[in-house]
Amino acid sequence: MRNTSLFSAVRPAGIAAAVTAFTLGVTLVQAQPDPANGIPDHPDEATIAHVLNRLGYGPRPGDVAHVQQIGLAKYIDQQLHPEKVADDAVDERLSSFATLSMNSKDLAQKYFLPAQELRKQEQTKVAKAEAKSDAAMDPNAPKQPPPVSPEVRQAQQAQASVVNELMQSKVLRAVMSDRQLEEVLDDFWFNHFNVYIQKGDVRQYITEYENSVIRPRVLGNFRDLLGAVAHSPAMLFYLDNFQSSTPNAGPLLSPEMERRMNNPRLSPFQRQQAMQRLQQAKNNMPRGLNENYAREIMELHTLGVDGGYTQKDVQELARVLTGWTIDTPRQGGSFVFRSQMHDYGEKTILGQDFPAKHGEDEGERALDILANHPSTAHHIAFELAQRFVADQPPASLVDRAAQVFLKTHGDLREVTRTIITSPEFFSADAYRAKVKTPFEFIVSAIRMSGGTVTNPQPLIAELRQNMGMPLYGCQPPTGYSMTADAWVNTGALLGRMNFALQLVSGPAGPGGRRAGAPPQPPAAGRGRGGPVAPAGRAVAVDVTTLASDTTPATRDRLIELMLAGRASDTTKQTLARAETPQQLVALTLGSPEFQKR
Amino acid sequence: MMTRRIFLKNGSLALVSLGFAPKFIAATAHAAETRKKVLVAIFQRGAVDGLNVVVPFGEQAYYAGRPTIAVPKPGAPDGAVDLDGFFGFNPRLAPLAPLFKRGELAIVHATGSPDETRSHFDAQDYMESGTPGVKSTRDGWLNRYLHDQEHRTATPFRAVALAQQLPRSLQGSEPALAIGQINQFGIRAGNGSDMMTSTFESEYAAAADAMLNSTGREAFDAVKMMKTANPASYAPEHGAEYPRSGFGDAMKQIAQLVKSNLGLEVAFTELGGWDTHVQQMNAGQLPARLDDFGKGLAAFAADMGDRMADIVLVTMSEFGRAVRENGNRGTDHGHGNVMLVMGGPVAGGKVYGKWPGLEPNQLWQNRDLAVTTDFRDVFTEIVTTHLGATDTSRIFPGFTAKTRLGFIKA
Repeated sequence: MRNTSLFSAVRPAGIAAAVTAFTLGVTLVQAQPDPANGIPDHPDEATIAHVLNRLGYGPRPGDVAHVQQIGLAKYIDQQLHPEKVADDAVDERLSSFATLSMNSKDLAQKYFLPAQELRKQEQTKVAKAEAKSDAAMDPNAPKQPPPVSPEVRQAQQAQASVVNELMQSKVLRAVMSDRQLEEVLDDFWFNHFNVYIQKGDVRQYITEYENSVIRPRVLGNFRDLLGAVAHSPAMLFYLDNFQSSTPNAGPLLSPEMERRMNNPRLSPFQRQQAMQRLQQAKNNMPRGLNENYAREIMELHTLGVDGGYTQKDVQELARVLTGWTIDTPRQGGSFVFRSQMHDYGEKTILGQDFPAKHGEDEGERALDILANHPSTAHHIAFELAQRFVADQPPASLVDRAAQVFLKTHGDLREVTRTIITSPEFFSADAYRAKVKTPFEFIVSAIRMSGGTVTNPQPLIAELRQNMGMPLYGCQPPTGYSMTADAWVNTGALLGRMNFALQLVSGPAGPGGRRAGAPPQPPAAGRGRGGPVAPAGRAVAVDVTTLASDTTPATRDRLIELMLAGRASDTTKQTLARAETPQQLVALTLGSPEFQKR
Repeated sequence: MMTRRIFLKNGSLALVSLGFAPKFIAATAHAAETRKKVLVAIFQRGAVDGLNVVVPFGEQAYYAGRPTIAVPKPGAPDGAVDLDGFFGFNPRLAPLAPLFKRGELAIVHATGSPDETRSHFDAQDYMESGTPGVKSTRDGWLNRYLHDQEHRTATPFRAVALAQQLPRSLQGSEPALAIGQINQFGIRAGNGSDMMTSTFESEYAAAADAMLNSTGREAFDAVKMMKTANPASYAPEHGAEYPRSGFGDAMKQIAQLVKSNLGLEVAFTELGGWDTHVQQMNAGQLPARLDDFGKGLAAFAADMGDRMADIVLVTMSEFGRAVRENGNRGTDHGHGNVMLVMGGPVAGGKVYGKWPGLEPNQLWQNRDLAVTTDFRDVFTEIVTTHLGATDTSRIFPGFTAKTRLGFIKA
């Protein structure tokens, strides 16, 4: 399988054909150029910029030359094997982020539970004091909310640092990582299996979810990824499956429990006690089926909305997944299968019989069926092609990628490879066909200007307040839209232009803020189209290395560098109006051309 | 959907030749001449205690369930403001009482969702998506309304949220703006702002991408429209005094947008602090929050004056709070709640909706005010009777309004 021409396509065509021919012992057919390989032998700079814009968050100064030097095919292959790409700069920058490598249990113990506990104690204290002094109080006196003690505030700040470190790491990785494709795929797959950080205890679980569940599997096997998500407290909490329980007072004992209870060594008294405990535990369990997760598995995670399932299938999958829950959900506990919550009856999913008396194993079986379904192959292929090629990706490409998905049983490296090496990917139609999401825009603007992120916080605020794309902040399970219509609107466009202005505003910049000027107090309400977060303080950009003056030569170089030489005549002419290098760079980064990738 | 939107926009653009009659002037003139119907939606995030907002002082069970936090009967110190002999406003909402008496404010009590969730997250999600129980709905109900009523004279200010972030209810395929401060709307480049604005404008006017091109034009039209409206010089009328708060500020800006004739049709804002589990009456925050809320609404009505004839304002909150107070003199998450509806088209001075009662056997799940009016019934009446929509099946998929309560004058 691995040596078929399709998968060796990343090598320069000639070598690929030779290697494949040798392996398969076929000469005539395989000597033909591979029709599924679109990587040009002699790519121009615009083509390399295209690859860097799609596989990653856009080129940094010098990146195009680097790829030119090592060869485009080799660069793509490297990106498909991130484990072989050193990422020292990122590792070093993130080394002080203590929470990133902690598991949810430790995060809960160290950060979340203390804050909750302190707050609760404080509230009780205030309530008691209040009750005592009530009689003496004037009901019309102005009322102040109870003060927050320094201890509580400190604990809350520590708690917030967990979320902050995760958000900062996302920005820093995207800007700095040499494993650009891995970062893009991490964003893609997180979004595919979206969870929302503001929903209850998701914030305790989301760090582990991204770093241990999603990122290690983005070029792995789809079934493995689907299974890891299904065992993740983040998803089980977000889509409520942790509360989903057999609706009927089903059999008290799972088959395994039944065996244990029938152990002849148990005394009748012991048995009776054990039964009582079980009954009590069962009475305390949430009762009732929750279909949320089962529905989204079929609609969003696997088959797709037109994937050929029925409402009945959703219900049956929900029954199969009863008991997939979280051990101590408020305390960072991990996945557990609770047989007391599980529905041991018979089920049918997509026409396949699930006999009675099965427990956790039938969930695994259901995921097997869904992961290997042709609708899933098509759905995943379509979404990846939409991310990498076009909002409406060519059907030929989607079909080919879906075939690879099925043949390889969901090998995501090969599916991804098929798409990013395809002729469709390298076609003229695909060039600058995608509008950048706000996150892609911000990261690519920083990369393009060679900026160093000194403080990611204002960038995070910028995405939340001015661009409508808060990190980890997509509420519905659909994830953020990856198509242009969601991101091109009046406020967001103005926000992008303002961001470009802020990014380059230095001592003499268009913002007019002097270096070393005191930070402005946070405005009461900043909105889209309003003044942006002070990105200038978040990112160190040396504008003079990009443009030292506003001469035609500098403009041409800038257009060459930032817009891969391809700018409209109007953009070229309007750049001539710039009075300062800062304005020149801002007009380039804010241009319509730069909004696309 | 996208294609249609672009087509419409480009179509309308084609009617105006740039340079002689800029689109924004035409759109503004048109907006002024039609005086659009306006909906103002206000979300009280955190689940306001509706029973202490519009108090059922005629219910003995209300006082039995809330020995320390009930609002006293009218006439008692800090007692409710009598509305109809059974219900009364929280005294902090006294500024709204004249509006109720004049028939410009209606109350719908015991409203809420058919979904039984007591999660803030889920309930807000459902109220804004307009699809209780369905999580994967991508867009919000207000955006679907905008989409259904799409028209050629829409301006960039057709739908505006005075908020940091576009709320779920306005998300979707139709453009909507989230603006924190309207007087800071535009390109911010200090002294170079005018030059940078016009230069960016030229770039986008020549953009090859149709969507960037038309949206870019729209954006710079919007900047000009806002500049013409000159929001920095705004002075509220009729002695209106907005509270000095985020909410007061947002209401003032909505008033500015309406009066500036920028084509506003749907405005949204939100205010939090309603999740009153602890000490809600005394040291707690409910009185202070209600004070701000009531003054903000009253100032808006005063400021708008005659323009209220075009406006319906509706308040919402994800669910109500338990009938019985908890051990901390607060209230826990409940079910049914209250909505206020204000404006010229409102048949006010009345508390609408079937009152389910607060006796133990009348409660929902033995603890909460039952829901007798689906929140979508309230929205539907506004969208149809006030805004003129004829078919709400796409705005509220799978829902058919059962009762027309009649709080909007037919």
